[in-house]
Amino acid sequence: MALISFTNKGIFCKQGGFYIDPWQPVDLAVTTHGHADHFKAGNKAYLCHELTKPVLLQRLGIDLPVQTLPYNKEITINGVKLSLFPAGHVIGSSQVRLEYKGEICVISGDYKIEYDGISTAFEPVKCHTFVSESTFGLPIYNWQPQKEIFGKIRKWVTDNHLQSKTSVLIAYSLGKAQRLIKNLAGDTPIYVHQSIANLNDGFIKAGVELPPTIRITSDIKKEELQKGIVIVPPALADGKWMKSLMSASTGICSGWMQVRAGRRWKSADAGFALSDHADWSGLLSAIKATEAEKVFITHGFVSTFSKYLNEIGITAWEVNTQYGNEEEEEILKGA
Amino acid sequence: MKRFTELIQQLETSNKTNDKIAALVSYFSTADEKDKPYVIAMFTGKRPRRPVTTALIREWAIELSAIPAWLFAECYHNVGDLSETIALVLPPANHTADRKLNEWITDLALLNGQEDSVKKEFILRAWDSMDTQERFIFNKLISGNFRIGISNKTLVNAIARQSNTDSNKIMHSIMGKWTPDQITYQELIDGAHVNTDNSWPYPFCLAYALDTEPANLGETTAWQAEWKWDGIRGQIVKRNGELFIWSRGEELVTEQFPELHFLRDELPDGTVIDGEILAVKDGNIQAFSILQQRLNRKTINKSQLKEAPVGFFCYDIMEVQGIDIRNETLSERRKKLVELMSLLTTRDIVVLSPAINFENWEQLIEIRKESRANNSEGVMLKKLNSLYHSGRKRGDWWKWKINPYTVDTVMIYAQKGSGRRANHFTDYTFAVRDGEKLITIAKAYSGLTDLEIKEVDSFVRRNGVEKFGPVRTVKPELVFEIAFEGIAESKRHKAGLALRFPRIARWRKDKNATEINTLEDLRQLLASTL
Repeated sequence: MALISFTNKGIFCKQGGFYIDPWQPVDLAVTTHGHADHFKAGNKAYLCHELTKPVLLQRLGIDLPVQTLPYNKEITINGVKLSLFPAGHVIGSSQVRLEYKGEICVISGDYKIEYDGISTAFEPVKCHTFVSESTFGLPIYNWQPQKEIFGKIRKWVTDNHLQSKTSVLIAYSLGKAQRLIKNLAGDTPIYVHQSIANLNDGFIKAGVELPPTIRITSDIKKEELQKGIVIVPPALADGKWMKSLMSASTGICSGWMQVRAGRRWKSADAGFALSDHADWSGLLSAIKATEAEKVFITHGFVSTFSKYLNEIGITAWEVNTQYGNEEEEEILKGA
Repeated sequence: MKRFTELIQQLETSNKTNDKIAALVSYFSTADEKDKPYVIAMFTGKRPRRPVTTALIREWAIELSAIPAWLFAECYHNVGDLSETIALVLPPANHTADRKLNEWITDLALLNGQEDSVKKEFILRAWDSMDTQERFIFNKLISGNFRIGISNKTLVNAIARQSNTDSNKIMHSIMGKWTPDQITYQELIDGAHVNTDNSWPYPFCLAYALDTEPANLGETTAWQAEWKWDGIRGQIVKRNGELFIWSRGEELVTEQFPELHFLRDELPDGTVIDGEILAVKDGNIQAFSILQQRLNRKTINKSQLKEAPVGFFCYDIMEVQGIDIRNETLSERRKKLVELMSLLTTRDIVVLSPAINFENWEQLIEIRKESRANNSEGVMLKKLNSLYHSGRKRGDWWKWKINPYTVDTVMIYAQKGSGRRANHFTDYTFAVRDGEKLITIAKAYSGLTDLEIKEVDSFVRRNGVEKFGPVRTVKPELVFEIAFEGIAESKRHKAGLALRFPRIARWRKDKNATEINTLEDLRQLLASTL
């Protein structure tokens, strides 16, 4: 009998009696990371990496029965061995490794291969069954090294300063924001929206080393913001506040910015294809490294990607889940 | 080519015309001298012959990227642009090259007539020396099809500002005959080539749509009213014994309309007139669908000449005896036009477009209601003291079109758009009822706000029934009112008729699919227009 099944509540491990990233309330939700499409309120108990706990608490605002684990430490639930491995997606994001009677299954949640400077680097895990996302599962999505992208972002900030424009980066508050902060930290002060500041506080309390940032409040003069770098979540991209800034220039940081149509649709002033998801070659190399006999493809270019995997000799199935497009939806809301 | 790549990026990242003009001005101030005429040629649609076919380029890109053809096709559907798709799927470059735009274009032109293997070697080498952005630009250079939303007017304004020259002069100059390899930027600005060119047309004077009650325009005596004909706006130029017919789209269409060639003998040299090419039979103006049989054909046969003869209805005159009279008032120009018409010995083919006599605005409102009866689209209002402007200028000329026809339809197919809309279902196919069946009547992709597009997009994602390649069949639920300008018989369409210029007028959320129009309704409309 298979170790996991795909049910209308989420990915279920029957032998262990728990779900991974369920979208309907269950008794025990093993949570890969805190993005809203992988983590829902209303479960009786949660199990996640120790750095995902501050996110969950932040998001719900109440204390929850959350059990935490470090990476690479095995526990046993109803005879199923469970351990977490870094997924490299955001701080604390994990792949869930399950082992039962010699059968190994890895559910990777969301992941990326390139080390982003702040999230623990992705680690391939050998298994029989691998569950993979396919958010950017088309060969048009191959990322530039982040060093080059950050070079472009810095140049854009400098150009904006020369033209007395305020540089506003639009980035998802969990993950992308911390990655920007870590990689852009330097002489230019970084101002962050409170949703980002709150998450940062949680991370710092949990022991993450983050460069200093300034929480945006109504006391901060617009002239000061103009001299710095402003980071806000997508929901604010088109709000009143944005218009109140001194000639804001907006830059969206998202994998969707790889394609011109994506950049123009969101009508930002600049688009940077900086993603927390694996690109095409990243997905392929990760899947090959697992040496899995069976691969299940969730959210993204599901049918295209699975078809391709089967053509190159990797047995893959399409799975219908409710994950995905979280980031895109968030950006759209603000567009 | 890096500077040009940068220009394209700047032009693409702003929606504001002022930003675009600023980017162009900066480009023309700093770019390589030799590159500039090439850029102007490209942006005004002066295309060199395509050296390599799309099929070959595509084939080489697929081969080089080592992905199956079906996967390449999927990528193309998502990107919505072939040049960009290729740029994105190719493996990273192994070299760098910093060649000038004009060098690339010249080398590409040299590929014409070469063996495919030579072409392939050149293209692959080029790709291997470029980053994604440059490859995208390079692929566009191969296709020659560079549409990035820069109108001729925007380009002209930028060059005019950069060179501190009158924009009319620039417009003349770039609309004339020239090739980028034989002219310098400065010569283009000076218009060095246009005096020796007999064909050059004037920029058309255009009208804004009337957005107020005509009564707000003041005294009727200050205005001339004419019918707004539904044909092809044209400009006839006769200089030094040569005759040229230009269309609105700045295309030379002289050969397409032999009926008008008698003007070569009858118009005096140094004459330019503005008017409308129309299908005219026995003195009656025909529907646009009749004229359409004559358009975009390389050769015209006898039966077409007999079935759909054309005439020219003159609106205005811009040049008399070689002198530009665009700065005279409309009433003065009109007198000269009337005089010119009286010189023609061939009658009834090229005629004065009549002015409408009216005493007061109420009377004109009544007259306008009769527009359809003489196959016109409405009424034009021109100030008698107006000059012949280049392009649009508010206040002097107004078009006052009658309302379009409309039909209520239901959406049955949706497809992702291209370009800016590549990630959303924005192209829809609409149907009317034919008994128990739904029958396709129009495809349209404009007229909705971004917000509405998102709403329809999410409906399509939730209610898709089947998938045929990029097309989704959707539950026939959403009712849209489609506006259109005309209706014609069509053997090509299942419905047996085709709508002209269909677009979404509004989303009828108040209606359901049982309340849409029938094919019979449209057939009756067709019968009434013939």
